Amino acid sequence: MTQSTPPAFESTLSSLAPQGRTALLPALHAAQEAFGYISDQVAAQIAQALGVPLAEVFGVIEFYTLFHRQPVGEVLLHICNDAACALAGADTVFKQIAFQTSEASGAGQAPTVRVEKSPCLGLCDHAPAVLVQSLPAKASPAQTWQDLVAATATRPLTYVDGDVRLLTALCGRHITVSLQEYRRNGGYQALQMAFEQAPQSIIETIKQSGLVGRGGAAFPTGLKWESAAQAPGSPKFVVCNADEAEPGAFKDRVLMEDNPHAILEGLLIAAYAIGASKGYIYIRGEYLLPYRVMQAAVQEAQAAGLLGERILGSDFSFEIEIRRGAGAYICGEETALFESIEGKRGFPRLKPPFPTTHGLFGKPTVINNVETLANIPLILRLGVEAYRRLGTPQSPGSKLFCLSGDVNRPGLYELSMGASLRHLIEDLGQGMRHGNDFQAALIGGAAGAFATPQHLDVPLSFEGLRAVGIPLGAGVVTVFDSTRDLRDALFRLARFFAEESCGKCYPCQLGTQRQLEIMERVLEGKPLPTDWERLQDVGWTMSDASICGLGQTAASAILSAMQHWPQLFRPPKELQ
Amino acid sequence: MTNQTTVHLTIDNLPVHVPAGTTILKAAQQVGIEIPTICYHDYCTANALCRICVVEVKGARLLVPACTATVQENMQVNTRSERVERARRTILEMLYATVDLSEAPEIEAMATAYGVDRQRFPLAEPRHPPLIDDNPMYIRDYAKCVLCWRCVQVCAEDAQYTYAINFKGRGYETQISTFYEVPMPESTCVFCGQCVGVCPTGALKFKRQHLLEVGYSLDEILQMTRSERSGRRRREPRNV
Repeated sequence: MTQSTPPAFESTLSSLAPQGRTALLPALHAAQEAFGYISDQVAAQIAQALGVPLAEVFGVIEFYTLFHRQPVGEVLLHICNDAACALAGADTVFKQIAFQTSEASGAGQAPTVRVEKSPCLGLCDHAPAVLVQSLPAKASPAQTWQDLVAATATRPLTYVDGDVRLLTALCGRHITVSLQEYRRNGGYQALQMAFEQAPQSIIETIKQSGLVGRGGAAFPTGLKWESAAQAPGSPKFVVCNADEAEPGAFKDRVLMEDNPHAILEGLLIAAYAIGASKGYIYIRGEYLLPYRVMQAAVQEAQAAGLLGERILGSDFSFEIEIRRGAGAYICGEETALFESIEGKRGFPRLKPPFPTTHGLFGKPTVINNVETLANIPLILRLGVEAYRRLGTPQSPGSKLFCLSGDVNRPGLYELSMGASLRHLIEDLGQGMRHGNDFQAALIGGAAGAFATPQHLDVPLSFEGLRAVGIPLGAGVVTVFDSTRDLRDALFRLARFFAEESCGKCYPCQLGTQRQLEIMERVLEGKPLPTDWERLQDVGWTMSDASICGLGQTAASAILSAMQHWPQLFRPPKELQ
Repeated sequence: MTNQTTVHLTIDNLPVHVPAGTTILKAAQQVGIEIPTICYHDYCTANALCRICVVEVKGARLLVPACTATVQENMQVNTRSERVERARRTILEMLYATVDLSEAPEIEAMATAYGVDRQRFPLAEPRHPPLIDDNPMYIRDYAKCVLCWRCVQVCAEDAQYTYAINFKGRGYETQISTFYEVPMPESTCVFCGQCVGVCPTGALKFKRQHLLEVGYSLDEILQMTRSERSGRRRREPRNV
């Protein structure tokens, strides 16, 4: 279990010390890895080395679920607890493994095993998802935990397909594209093209391309860059948001695992365009494999002179640091992510001011999602005109969709914006599993809304979905067939938000808990007659008054379900 | 100060003129409109986290926290719209299902003003951690804590720079705590008492007041706290 010994931890800590507080999460990860948990002595040692008050180090440890104050066992298993994996029997796997391990404990020589339920692990196409020591393992058919440990896969084999293969041109072959291969396929040509232009002209190109953010908020990328480029203050930062944790989402994982250099190239171009000299890639803590792949890619790029001083003979110098999250969905919220990089609890900040003027370390910052950045080299290489031939006038380009749930072929599909949901499910996903009828699809993830059979021909584009009140979000499509009790999925969503609320603002801190309590009754089929109004008040209060996007969307799927299936939320006749 | 720009806006249809940079909360006070607050304190950094002070600004998609949002030219603010009232009432009702507000008179008054049903959420799970009585100066009854953050703030950069307390857990389970939950005398606390001073709900209370309330006489209290203090000094010499 303990790969590194305490002396190794000591040397890691002293090498991190000059960075101060921003190195807090890296130091805590190092301690967790070295000792299997973070004791008060080790926490005090870290506090001392980085100059952070003791109580604040404690506050940070307590915020992130992957940090433990107590020893957790020599083998740590995470089993997904969210909707797509529940459809594939994750609860049974959990019970089985938990039973076996409790039997095994006290049996002398056996290693101590801890099994934890986890929020979505981004392996929805491999449901039910299991991580063994943070690496994916195949859980199906259900086995013993010893089998799981032995079968730890080096990488999940995600099925990748689509009508368009631009972002995913080199993905889905179950290998990581090397720098050499990336370059053979035209990689880093866009960077060369960028260096031959003024930064402002790149920003113009991105603005004209009509690219909007692919992480869920759909903000125009070119405007974001322009605002940061014009903002006074230095240094400026670019950040790649790879904290993919929306239940049902795994697109950024596949892009990182399969084609890491496309993301690095996008980040380099963004940095050049706004005049940033340092970039961060913040990867969720549960994504150990993508973290390792991205680390290796950064090293390749450094060795080839694509990172560092005077890149490709230009005047532009740039370095990238990769950071790991530690189990907090909220850190996908951009300002919470900055706080996390700064070594703090992931509390979202008040906006305004916005990141483009007051971002990471209070400096002008561009933060873009993985998929957004992967679009950048494409736009430069294809040219605006060719790029805009894809998609619709208001939603140009292609989009990655994470299809999971009750379909025959779950996977990652690249579509031209505007294709229909029916096409995605029936043609690409090869239709419903077991020939069952389509009941609903949760679009956009936990923060999304439901599509029903009447929505099957709605175009999957920002404006097409918005017209029917569904957010495209990050491109998550979780499909439920007619045999499924949607109350189970709704309960899981409520639990997800209650577990992931940071607790800063009252509407979300209190509302996610009250919503969960009501959904517990709904799940049991015993809602109180007045629960309907209660759920509406809680939901609208969170949506209207929360600080950040998490709270503002924590009720969206449930409010959408209340519209489509009001009977689920009403007590049965005999109880009324 | 002399060249400060004046901003013109309306609050509940009343015209208001205030210097640029004024918050909506302060601008409303100038025309006699009191916007309710819980976490806000004049001498603490405003974090806009209780959201009781939210108001509706024409053209804004979401409600806006009056304690931090600054006035803008031609802004139209509504401090008692239906959306505002629903948010305030629901937040208070959820709070009543969570913590003991019996010693929070300001919140009690607010609840009455907004027609709050204090039992709106039946079967809700409250936060009821046990009372912590670990030092001779003050007790900590976090069953009354509304997580306004003021104590954490005055212990840190807002006043004392002592950093004795921070947060344990997150979300609904959040609680104020010392480093690894050590008793207060083992923390960096200097017993300045500022946290007790800013606590709005009686979660932090001076030990003598607490003992008086639970029925001890002044003499008994003097005896108890004196012996506790001297006892502590004998058994555990201070070695900070």
